[in-house]
Amino acid sequence: MRRRPWVLASVTWAYVVWSLAPILVAIQFSFNDGRSRSTWQGFSLQWYFGSSGSVAEDPSLRLALVNSLVVAGLTTLIATPLGVATALGLSRWRGRTGRVVGGLTLLPLATPEIVMGSALYLVFTNLYLFVPLGQPAQVIGHVTFSVSYVVVIVRSRLASIGTDYEEAARDLGCSRLTAVRLILLPLLTPAVFAGAMIVFASSMDDFVISAFLSPDASSVTVPIKLYSSVRNAPTPALNALATLLVLASLVALLLGWLAQRRGSLHEDTDHERDQDKNSPGHGHVNRLAVGSGKGDTHPHRGGDTERQPQEAEHPTNPLH
Amino acid sequence: MWALLAAPGAFWLVALFAVPFYAIAAVAFGYTDPVFNAPVPEWDPRYWDFTAFSEILTRSVSGDLRPVFLRTLLYVALALGLCVAIGYPVAYYVARHAGRRRALLLGLILAPWWVNYLTRMLAWLNLLQDDGYVNDLLLLTRLVDEPVRWLSGNPVTVVLALVYGYVPFFIVPLFATLDRIDPLLLEAARDLGCSGRRAFWHVTLPLSRPGLLTASAITALPMFGDYYTNTLVSGSPTTTMIANQIEFYLLGGTRKELGASLVLLLSALLMALMVYYLISSRRAEEVVS
Repeated sequence: MRRRPWVLASVTWAYVVWSLAPILVAIQFSFNDGRSRSTWQGFSLQWYFGSSGSVAEDPSLRLALVNSLVVAGLTTLIATPLGVATALGLSRWRGRTGRVVGGLTLLPLATPEIVMGSALYLVFTNLYLFVPLGQPAQVIGHVTFSVSYVVVIVRSRLASIGTDYEEAARDLGCSRLTAVRLILLPLLTPAVFAGAMIVFASSMDDFVISAFLSPDASSVTVPIKLYSSVRNAPTPALNALATLLVLASLVALLLGWLAQRRGSLHEDTDHERDQDKNSPGHGHVNRLAVGSGKGDTHPHRGGDTERQPQEAEHPTNPLH
Repeated sequence: MWALLAAPGAFWLVALFAVPFYAIAAVAFGYTDPVFNAPVPEWDPRYWDFTAFSEILTRSVSGDLRPVFLRTLLYVALALGLCVAIGYPVAYYVARHAGRRRALLLGLILAPWWVNYLTRMLAWLNLLQDDGYVNDLLLLTRLVDEPVRWLSGNPVTVVLALVYGYVPFFIVPLFATLDRIDPLLLEAARDLGCSGRRAFWHVTLPLSRPGLLTASAITALPMFGDYYTNTLVSGSPTTTMIANQIEFYLLGGTRKELGASLVLLLSALLMALMVYYLISSRRAEEVVS
């Protein structure tokens, strides 16, 4: 019926190959049986474990991996409850101060990392001298930029839940606190979990803020390690490290997606679909989270976008 | 009670987002200790000293930082232009014409989001070695006679690396906007006698302006603050960008007040761009609605 736009199609597929093939080649070379990262010399797992330069044996690579996991874990443990509490508070906090605080939670998303990194570096070296550079400062810095993700996700979820269920519970005799505990928190669980996954992944991914707050080799994370060794003496062990990072992201993505799916199974799906399309809260997430400039992550990790194609294939448009 | 719940978060952001911002100004406008000859931050605005800042300003307008600023603007502009050239067709195709492969393509254009930025740069560093796959291919097809030296101060590599790094973040928001355009509007345009090309120019393009603007803001903002891409694929002073200078003064040297002044200058520039973005995207939204 319509002419196939083959020019567009080939541009698109060329782009997909261009964007993904290098990563696949990098993963391939993590299995190289030799020191080269540009010439294939056969398959081996020596850069993962077993040889002295491998991820498992090289103390500096292992330290980077452990540091990344520790910082990301602690960041998630702090940023998630902090963000959820802030979102809950903001959703009911009317008035000017509430709006100002609401605006403040969005600002980190629009701040370039180098500005935030410099600001945190200068404040820790000049004012908050009781916070040593290194892991403590890194965790605090990561919480500062990632708490906004949790706030945005949980707030948009709160907006789509509405107050009906909670009011019903109150009418049935629940106290305010019990209503929050029995009604609101269970409904929020998928959003909280998705938020936590995004915090973890963005903390694992972060380079600039970690680097500005890392004074010496003891607080090197995986991205810093990748950055600093690329110019010195790179071996395929770096590719192995990067491959493990990709794997970690995939696991986080999968967990977030599963949580989101379980969450939406409990829902009236039509209701949710309408919310997705119409609620201003959702558009909000798109715009701002994507606008973070924090390139590597955004709330879509929860699987919202993956749902769109199905919508398109089964249109619910009443005009049809 | 609700305000109480938000209090820890509010306190955190004031103490660790607002105050640190002020710290940049305090360091930039600080003074130099006469005894230790070390910079000291000045927290009281009444005693601010603008010597360092005006030094940076002079050097940016007419001194050695001028080419750095101009280069940064040029690289970002070129990279952004390429992002539009690559990103628009891709987003348009996936939103409009992908048909049954839509879900697959959407997954593939989202895939780079889940891969660490430095991992993706590392991947190119493998390919662009003097004996890497790219040179192999170019030599094999006889496009060049000897291996291209991609990784030693080649501006083309820097711009392409920026494009590679940020174009995924350009495509996705643009896709979201294009996807929301009602196909009925296009059908109406066709019914009223528009050719496909005219329908694109008069309907799709104006309606996608907000997405185009958002996508540009999302990619340009971090590109201005990017120093690592440059260091990784070039590392040469001939391609230095403004963020490289910030990193140099703040983390490398002893003159942190110069670094802080540069951060302030860059922030002012980005703030101006943000305001422009907000105004023009509001205008674009008005056109849409």
